[in-house]
Amino acid sequence: MSEPHRADIRPGRLAPQTYAAHFADHVAPLTGAQALLEANRCLYCFDAPCMQACPTHIDVPSFIRRIAEGNARGAAESILESNPLGGSCARDCPTEVLCEQVCVRNTQQGQPVAIGRLQRFAVDALMASAEPHIFTRAPASGRRVAVIGAGPAGLACAHALAREGHEVALFDAKPKAGGLNEYGVAAYKVAGGFAQREVEWLLAIGGITLHSGWRLASAAQLEALRREYDAVFLGVGLGSTHLLGVPGEALEGVVDAVQFIGALRQAQDLGTLPVGRRVLVIGGGMTAIDAGVQSKLLGADSVTIAYRRGPQHMRASRHEQELALTQGVGILHWLAPVEVLGEGGSARAVRFARQRLEGERLVPTGEEIVLETDMVLKAIGQRLDERVLAECGLALREGRIAADASGRTSIANVWAGGDCIAGGQDLTVEAVADGLRAARAIGRQLRGERRRPEQ
Amino acid sequence: MARLDSDFCGIRSPNPFWLASAPPTDKAYNVERAFEAGWGGVVWKTLAEAGPPVVNVSGPRYGALLAVDRSLIGFNNIELITDRELESNLAEIAAVKRRWPDRAVLVSVMVPCREESWKAILPRVEDTGCDGIELNFGCPHGMSERGMGSAVGQVPEYIQMVTGWCKRYTRLPVIVKLTPNVTDIRFPARAAKAGGADAVSLINTVNSIMGVDPDTLRMSPDVGGKGTHGGYCGPAVRPIALHMVAEIARDPETAGLPICGIGGIGSWRDALEFIALGAGSVQVCTAAMVFGFKIVQEMVSGLAAYLDAKGLASVEALRGRALASVTEWRYLDLNRISKAVIHQDLCIQCGRCHIACEDTAHQAITAQRDGRRYFEVKEEECVGCNLCVNVCPVPGCITLRELAPGEIDRRTGQAVSGTALDWTQHPNNPLRSGA
Repeated sequence: MSEPHRADIRPGRLAPQTYAAHFADHVAPLTGAQALLEANRCLYCFDAPCMQACPTHIDVPSFIRRIAEGNARGAAESILESNPLGGSCARDCPTEVLCEQVCVRNTQQGQPVAIGRLQRFAVDALMASAEPHIFTRAPASGRRVAVIGAGPAGLACAHALAREGHEVALFDAKPKAGGLNEYGVAAYKVAGGFAQREVEWLLAIGGITLHSGWRLASAAQLEALRREYDAVFLGVGLGSTHLLGVPGEALEGVVDAVQFIGALRQAQDLGTLPVGRRVLVIGGGMTAIDAGVQSKLLGADSVTIAYRRGPQHMRASRHEQELALTQGVGILHWLAPVEVLGEGGSARAVRFARQRLEGERLVPTGEEIVLETDMVLKAIGQRLDERVLAECGLALREGRIAADASGRTSIANVWAGGDCIAGGQDLTVEAVADGLRAARAIGRQLRGERRRPEQ
Repeated sequence: MARLDSDFCGIRSPNPFWLASAPPTDKAYNVERAFEAGWGGVVWKTLAEAGPPVVNVSGPRYGALLAVDRSLIGFNNIELITDRELESNLAEIAAVKRRWPDRAVLVSVMVPCREESWKAILPRVEDTGCDGIELNFGCPHGMSERGMGSAVGQVPEYIQMVTGWCKRYTRLPVIVKLTPNVTDIRFPARAAKAGGADAVSLINTVNSIMGVDPDTLRMSPDVGGKGTHGGYCGPAVRPIALHMVAEIARDPETAGLPICGIGGIGSWRDALEFIALGAGSVQVCTAAMVFGFKIVQEMVSGLAAYLDAKGLASVEALRGRALASVTEWRYLDLNRISKAVIHQDLCIQCGRCHIACEDTAHQAITAQRDGRRYFEVKEEECVGCNLCVNVCPVPGCITLRELAPGEIDRRTGQAVSGTALDWTQHPNNPLRSGA
């Protein structure tokens, strides 16, 4: 008779000093010499494709040429003028599908200019300088804006409005500002507490009051804010995750990947984080990759990502998939979970149905496989917490807030941006672009009217 | 296998690559290493008259203009002539020449513009058994303040006078080394010839300040807070040197005067250019100072392979082969029409050709076609100026196409003429022949 199953989930799988090495900067910062050489690979293209590919339209040739000319401060100024979160975007943007994908050096040399790393070099140089604050606030306008959600969209919006002289109340449900940069992105992408340093830099513009631990939980709250403030910006992100919807989901050891990463990001001592000996990640997006790779880095023996479609359908970029593979994380395709099998209340395996495409439709082939595991990480996508928003009367589209090109919602004086609105690929840099666009629209409206219209 | 051995105004060497009079040839130790590496000859670092030697600065003597990858573009120095005793130098020269009889050993000399000074030193130099004398009329720094070096080379009458003394007091071949710090290089060359010089060598270094330190706001390099102009050399001066060599080679007044080419030679291709424009041998310094003496082996290998590939039997067969292509502007054919062609299969879409042409030239390159990024020459605007070819980062992506006779130039609407027309004959020239 076989031994009864005992899920092997425990903390401290690695020697204490190993954690720091595993979770250090995954992409090393460029040295001054490297930055200079790399910057000189930039051709200073006319109407540069990289600049067009960036949702915030950072003037890439300009900032890179400034690095080449030994003017990192000027480079950072150019970056942050277009994107005040240029530091975190430099770290977590999938540049390989944005600016670097269209770099003309790909055609010529098979290797784009390392735009993201150069951007980080410039912004880091500024942040480390004696006087990192390059922007000043316009004289107070007397206008007040509420920004809900202190993630990339809300921070960008708040910063831009504050620069214009408006007074911003910035609300967030979490104890810290930063949103996914603080709670969601893989630790090795924003190592060294960068997310909080960036938040501090942004808030130092002045005129922004952060109210943390404040959650939008009722329509009445939004109504109150609309009465009290001249405009409201919603950058609430995606508060919920999808359920697997299969038997056994409630078993011990079946964990939400977003929560797993959030706990990891906030852990003071990574050695206290429990991780399974064998980990199964279900999903195919960035969260799946981040959860899988970080499980491996925490000391899991084997980590497998199971995705119901093919590699070409994964929302995680090819670059991210390769990262996972090089970290020793396996990726299995065409597997949809059917049931989490348990023993003694703990997950011990997942039964999958093999899938194939019939036209556009995913259908089971009839074959099933069972993968044994100690821990299941669910990473099958996040969704908007619709209930409160619908109560507020916000029109929704595709399960997200409907907003026009400037971010204006169906409710007067309420704008929205970031992952919570429809459209886009849920990228940090898109959220920043949304926040800035909404700030411009709000600014125009605030300048154009003498007083808040009576409701 | 082509022959690389050289006979330059009677001075024989196994290859035409000589080390120039400069720090690498200051003493026997270096010259021995150079010959071991394979250099065909050396010009010993400039000797001064007997007496207390010159004193060099013991701070930065060199400055460099570097590319971003720190490859060297230009180089400058403020080192003076040899700061070692005359007697030590003479003894070493004699010993080295005895050990290396097949190599060319020339000696550079710089003494004051007094006949007795030259009369005194030349027999001493000749006694070493060396193969020739090079007159240093070129150094632009330090010694020029004392009435020597380029201070002589800038006055044709002095060149002729001193060269004449040298021919009187030595039987050795006399090579006059010219300074480029003049307005027309032909005048000093003519003066050297008039004085009886067996050959000229050029160029010496160019007056230069390498830069200003942005922190201290002092010129650089500086010695204790002050700097002075130095002599500029290295790859950046090569085009200037090539022009001057060609000017002398083409000048009927100096026809047949052997020329030793100097100035930014670091590869066989560089040497080829000097030889094709009339030089019989070449001298190298900067490249050796950057890479060491071994580099001569690559130069020898490359030049031999080139001559073989071209079916040229010797270096002499290459000499002057490009000279016929050098002329005055007024003889250029104004009826030839070229248009740029962008080879789309090689284009990487950077748009540098477009913005260069659009902002600074003839608005002859598109940026879009059918709303799509696309760079294409508008022949109706293109004057064939070659700017786009030069700014394009991809070799061969943009080329110039010469229109065939009879083809319509879309810029002017005129058919291309099959006959040549230069400015001397052009109807717009009020001074044209026969006007």
